[in-house]
Amino acid sequence: MGDEVLSIDDLYVSVEGTEIIKGLSLTINIGEIHAIMGRNGAGKSTLANVIMGHPSYEITSGSVKFKGTPLEEMEVFERARAGMFLSFQYPSSIPGVQVGTFLRKSVSAVRGDTAPSARDFRKELKSHMEALSMDRSFLSRYVNDGFSGGEKKRLEILQMLLLNPTLALLDETDSGLDIDALRVVSDGINSVAPNAGCLLITHYQRLLEHVKPDFVHVMIDGRIVKTGDATLAGKLEAKGYDWLEA
Amino acid sequence: MSGETAREAVGDYRYGFHDPENATIRFDKGLSEQVVRDISELKNEPEWMTEIRVKAYNRFMEMPMPKWGNCNMLDQIDFDSITYFLRSSKGTENDWDDVPDDIKNTFDRLGIPDAEQKWLGGVTAQYESEAVYHSIRDDLEEQGVIFLDMDSGLKEYPEIVKKYFCSVVPASDNKFSALNTAVWSGGSFLYIPKGVHVEMPVQAYFRINAKNMGQFERTMIIADEGSSIHYVEGCTAPTYSTESLHSAVVELIAMDGAKIRYSTVQNWSANVYNLVTKRGVAHANATIEWVDGNIGSKLTMKYPSVLLKGEGAHAEVISVAYAGKGQHQDAGAKVHHLAPNTTSNILSKSISKNGGRSSYRGMLQVTPKASGCRSKIVCDALMLDADSQSDTYPTMEVGNASADLEHEASVSKVSNDQLFYLMSRGHSEVEAMGLIVNGFFEPFTRELPMEYAVELNRLLELEMEGAIG
Repeated sequence: MGDEVLSIDDLYVSVEGTEIIKGLSLTINIGEIHAIMGRNGAGKSTLANVIMGHPSYEITSGSVKFKGTPLEEMEVFERARAGMFLSFQYPSSIPGVQVGTFLRKSVSAVRGDTAPSARDFRKELKSHMEALSMDRSFLSRYVNDGFSGGEKKRLEILQMLLLNPTLALLDETDSGLDIDALRVVSDGINSVAPNAGCLLITHYQRLLEHVKPDFVHVMIDGRIVKTGDATLAGKLEAKGYDWLEA
Repeated sequence: MSGETAREAVGDYRYGFHDPENATIRFDKGLSEQVVRDISELKNEPEWMTEIRVKAYNRFMEMPMPKWGNCNMLDQIDFDSITYFLRSSKGTENDWDDVPDDIKNTFDRLGIPDAEQKWLGGVTAQYESEAVYHSIRDDLEEQGVIFLDMDSGLKEYPEIVKKYFCSVVPASDNKFSALNTAVWSGGSFLYIPKGVHVEMPVQAYFRINAKNMGQFERTMIIADEGSSIHYVEGCTAPTYSTESLHSAVVELIAMDGAKIRYSTVQNWSANVYNLVTKRGVAHANATIEWVDGNIGSKLTMKYPSVLLKGEGAHAEVISVAYAGKGQHQDAGAKVHHLAPNTTSNILSKSISKNGGRSSYRGMLQVTPKASGCRSKIVCDALMLDADSQSDTYPTMEVGNASADLEHEASVSKVSNDQLFYLMSRGHSEVEAMGLIVNGFFEPFTRELPMEYAVELNRLLELEMEGAIG
């Protein structure tokens, strides 16, 4: 129990009156990588967004707890400061705000008293950027403004590395990446994974060739219909989802 | 006023404090020809100036209020309740220690002496109607740069003042330029000799302290051939429940190949009418840049203008306006392409919040003989809530078909997704809003001296507090 970072119990979620998640339960412990797979519209992104606290999603029943604390008691920024991180499928652009400034401010907001000194921050930043093959010129660009899909995803992973979360939610982080980008992004996830609970949302198997999940869950119509180990992903790739439908 | 109401009125405005009013000379409230003559006499002005003032006074009395901007607010101005001249110290000192203590304390709190030591080439500090402090670095003086308060400028260089006074902004340009010409006092007089490049900015700071005060400074900057200067001005006032009036006139003259940059961060308290006429003439291959920030005031009406008079001249107007509760920022730019191959860029960004209103009012003119001109105008408005208002009034008069003109305008809102994204990175809603707003103004902020940019960002972050409800 001490290692439990996320526990979801019989969750129901609606968006503008439409029920999207219909009775979902899931527990994630430190050091575990969970993959959620499913077709478009199954409710995968809704799950990631509702855990992080997007205002458009309403929990109608059930509970979500982060390290034992009910999430409805926490504002979005408090969730981030407590150690939750969402890598967005479509990160917003913030024109006029330079990546470097944004990263520094976010690190100091999230890590608070334990945030590194300016010098250590620069060092940390440099090593992570090298690992992700990101050029220094990134730092003076505006956050996600005019970024390609791959650049956005790299910036998400860079933020994850700097913010060092205990729960990492990765929403379609693999989509739109070429094979080299997929590798560096996967390396990033693997470096965070040992000390965090990870939830990967994807509908392709290819990310899972680089990041080995402990559990694979199949989501159909707002529910987890099957849970297995990494081999389940291969099976889905070969057989599709139809065989799982009632 | 109870403590709570007082705090509500002051809000987050950090400069709303005031000192006791220790006037050495204070005119009775209200305006008449006699008041105009008295100001001139008190200053021992040459007769030609007295005549200009009296003529302007008559024009002011005849002229109607502007029919644009915010007529309701303009009509509320009670010209009889305003003090038109207030002298608060014996003279203009060049050592802060000689400035009366309470006035010096005010400028200390505003950080002026500190900034002067660190990064300015010269400072003039005006308190009510006149400059109380003035200095210029020795090296600039040795190069022949003249930097004086306008009253001293008239005394010491009457022939230059006579030549250029009202040459760019005639008294009859509008009702408020007429008023300024009638009762002007203080402001800066700046002359940069041929070929001299002033590397450090010089700064003027305008402070209104008294209630129902009218401040009417007059500034004239003449950059001789091939010279360059960056002039910076800031302004604040105490928060009172009654209105004050700030009505300045600024005239810039950039000779052939000269460059003048004029940066303003206007942060008047929300009881100040800020009705200012700023205009420059750019001769051949000269550049005039207005970097104009309007954060405070009740009503601002200000459209920095450039007359591109010589071939190859260039105008740059970058402005931002922030309109909060009860505020109307009616700002913009006017550029007149009067000569061939002249170019201009106008960038205007505005934010409206808590029912505030910001308007862009622009004029772009290309005369028939001005061939080969280029101009680009970009207006972006950001609305922080549904109660606020943003409007644009662009006017174009193009008399030469060879002109290459671009005009882009956008109105945007802060999206839930942007806020959610920033909040998911540990920023509270207020901090997230502050980041978005600072980012929106960034194309302006990056043009300011660093110290100003930092201060402006802090100001905007403060403004965001209490904005979320």
